[in-house]
Amino acid sequence: MSRIEKGRSLIGESVVRPQTARLLAGRGVFTDDVTLPRMLHVAFVRSPHAHARIVSIQPAEARTVAGVVAIVTGEEMARVCSGWVGTLAHFPGMKSAMQRPLAVGKASWQGEPVAAVVAESRAIAEDGVSRVRVEWEPLPVVTNPETALDPSTPVIHPELGDNLAFKLELTSGDAEAAFKSADVVLAETFTMGRHTGVTLEARAILADFDPSERRLTVYHSFQAPNMMQDILARHLGLPEQDVRVICKDVGGSFGIKVHIYPDEMATCALAVMLGRPVKFTADRLESFVSDIHAREHRVKAELAVKRDGTILGMRVDDLTGIGPYSVYPRTSAVEGNQTIRLTPGVYRFRDYAASLRVVFQNKTPMCQYRAVGHPIAFAVMEAMVDRAARGLGLDPVEVRRKNYVTAEMYPHTSQTGYFFERLSHEQALDKLLDISNYRELCAERDALRTRGVHRGLGLCAFLELTAPGPAFYGVGGARISSQDGCTIKLEPSGKLTCMTGVTEQGQGTDTMIAQVVASAVGVAMEDVRVLTGDTMVSPYGGGTWGSRGAGIGGEAALQTGKAIRANILKVAAAILQCEPEDLDIRLGKIVDALTGEVKLDLAELGRVAYFRPDTLPKDFQSELTVTRHYVPRHQGFAFTNGIQLSHVEVTVETGFVRLLKHWCVEDCGRVINPRLVDEQIRGAIVQGIGAALYEHLVYDEQGQLLTGTMMDYLVPMAAEMPEIVVGHVETPTAYSEGGFKGAGEAGTAGAPGAVLNAVNDALAPFGARVTSQPITPEVVLKALGAL
Amino acid sequence: MDEEIQVSLTVNGVAVSRRVEPRQSLVDFLRYGLELTGSHVGCEHGVCGACTVRVDGAIVRGCLMLAVQCDGCRIETIEGVAGTGEVFDLQEAFAQENALQCGFCTPGMLLTAQDLLARKPAASAQEIREALSGNYCRCTGYHAIVEAVRKTAEARRRA
Repeated sequence: MSRIEKGRSLIGESVVRPQTARLLAGRGVFTDDVTLPRMLHVAFVRSPHAHARIVSIQPAEARTVAGVVAIVTGEEMARVCSGWVGTLAHFPGMKSAMQRPLAVGKASWQGEPVAAVVAESRAIAEDGVSRVRVEWEPLPVVTNPETALDPSTPVIHPELGDNLAFKLELTSGDAEAAFKSADVVLAETFTMGRHTGVTLEARAILADFDPSERRLTVYHSFQAPNMMQDILARHLGLPEQDVRVICKDVGGSFGIKVHIYPDEMATCALAVMLGRPVKFTADRLESFVSDIHAREHRVKAELAVKRDGTILGMRVDDLTGIGPYSVYPRTSAVEGNQTIRLTPGVYRFRDYAASLRVVFQNKTPMCQYRAVGHPIAFAVMEAMVDRAARGLGLDPVEVRRKNYVTAEMYPHTSQTGYFFERLSHEQALDKLLDISNYRELCAERDALRTRGVHRGLGLCAFLELTAPGPAFYGVGGARISSQDGCTIKLEPSGKLTCMTGVTEQGQGTDTMIAQVVASAVGVAMEDVRVLTGDTMVSPYGGGTWGSRGAGIGGEAALQTGKAIRANILKVAAAILQCEPEDLDIRLGKIVDALTGEVKLDLAELGRVAYFRPDTLPKDFQSELTVTRHYVPRHQGFAFTNGIQLSHVEVTVETGFVRLLKHWCVEDCGRVINPRLVDEQIRGAIVQGIGAALYEHLVYDEQGQLLTGTMMDYLVPMAAEMPEIVVGHVETPTAYSEGGFKGAGEAGTAGAPGAVLNAVNDALAPFGARVTSQPITPEVVLKALGAL
Repeated sequence: MDEEIQVSLTVNGVAVSRRVEPRQSLVDFLRYGLELTGSHVGCEHGVCGACTVRVDGAIVRGCLMLAVQCDGCRIETIEGVAGTGEVFDLQEAFAQENALQCGFCTPGMLLTAQDLLARKPAASAQEIREALSGNYCRCTGYHAIVEAVRKTAEARRRA
């Protein structure tokens, strides 16, 4: 433990990421930058209808385009690539329909791929697409989740019987009794808009199949290469070891690049069919209709409170629309499941009843996106808490404090069964109030109100579910690894090469792993080279999602580092003819553990071990490549917590919301690299702000996406974003030696709730409040009765 | 398709002559014709700024200009400005502040920031934000980028 404590190691140091050098020089290698000999490009014929039967596909005219190599339909591709169903066994009663790489028989959303055109360039492939004639027979369209289950609504997949993908009822204690004994009952309906990830690098895949060896090599902009390897092998009928997935630089992911997409599977199937490399890079317009969408929820919430602000109980009803298919292999039920399970977890009240319905509709499929379920859960909970405080004339800070799960209550199991080893709500709140000068801001707000300036402050306490164990996907039958391996090799030069199953999409995984390894072994950071994202060389692992990089990959790296350190010391002891316990490794040199006297350079040790083992005792073998694995076994998730504060100004005449400043205090356990954590938090907050104020996938009643370009779909840009202050509380987990938890989603978990509460604080003098996101000027003006 | 047209231009100081399709964008020409893959394609409708390059000294969106429009022009890409050392201090500041995560927006951010600092060496934080407001970054939330540009501006003024 002492080796990784702050001040004695690189743990806790804001080390600069070495790999940024190539990205800053324009020398990153993203998937679309890779070019292979004889490479072809694919473009897809996508359904212009939200729901329509494919009467016929006529490729004849497209075949005449010079440079078009192949045109493939769903029926033809089904012979090469099997279909899939996105359900998990631990979601009882869950159902979904068979999905295929290219639609067969009918299309179920606007943008679903129905045929592929392969050509010598992407431009020629698009020429071909424009000449494929598809005869459509439009079918009735289901868009509104509220009516999706009505008997009069058409069933999208008749074989399923209805449009219900999954339902869940949760009860804890006796919510009915709590509501009977309440002084005040508050009810609210929240409408959360559909949005999406908008990774700046669109999804991209390059599949190269060698028919002579029947080996498939795939370059993929993706988060979970081993998951993709497994799925490609099974659906294309190839031995797993003959499928290699390589993730080079990935231009943003956020949970968008962790799902199985029909067009990406089709690209790999085309490579197998044609025996040539085939590349697919989504353009932005097809990204909007084919990347997974997120968070279309209607949540009805009721809160039972006493006059002193004590929360007695809560009822929640969540309805979420997921498009026509549950997404494979993680399913589209996790978002709603987490929403209703997370909602009450910050607070101590026990009486809770929640219901969830996940319904099919003819829109782009919806699935897990950064902070799955969290932003909905905490926006709802925290908006209800603020409403209670305002209604009862109480301080929103004190109402939270009164209801928190407090320090003496840990370990604690939430109303919905989540296990919390130790959280730090009170400390986080105190720190937030301190770093934000909250009380002064309140006084300033009150003073400005008298001058017609309407500012608001919004708090949002949150949980973050990090480092999920095997109960998350594995037990449900999905072949998604919750363990990760780490391999470290001492090179003859005395430097270390480290390979890890967790992956890098800009978070700084490489740097974090190098810091842990350097600290565990006793070498300088620059002496550790980290490799990620190649199934042929990396130890098996889950990749990076669910804020698992540090909590799982970091612990695996720590244990591997300790193991190779012990082996290096054995070699050193053999060379120096002493005991390993008498030696230590400091700054890349073998030293006397007591005096610190330098005994041997690691380069010299490497030279002897690899080239002159004849000089070592006859029965001695050097073991200078070591692999260790780590999977969390003691808790389902390493939960973290924190609280955010948003400060806004609302122009009541126009409805515009201006973000003045944003604060977040979070507790991700032991911090490996404070700057990297801060930047994860800041980026995630801005993604949450996007959802709160700007981003909205608007559909018409015919299931046509109306905001399918970056001109219509607003993302946060620099000019509108506030300064963001980040503070930390550190509560390490005792279940792993490193004590690391995750930090990737905390910002997104709390930001929408904080902004919503801040806007409502600003609107309070008007007796107005907003309950839907994004909070556009129109929403504000409607709340004010001005529209 | 349409008949190809001959263009002659200078890219990162090197004279280039190619036959290009009239419909090919400048950024596609740079990426696929010249294999200068440091300029990225993010939206292809002029919003995201990932394809920002310099044409005759002015920053432009490589997706909104056609290659055939660049006949006789002087083009500079991230590979060029990184190679000459022109943005060395900006690159260093971006690394120090962790003003990039995935790095996909970074070439465009660097060229846009360099353009701002040439025009307004004493740009304020808000002016920096406005100048960068045509460059989308999904990872950072912009805070660190603004800091990196502001600190570079300060250092250049002191120098």
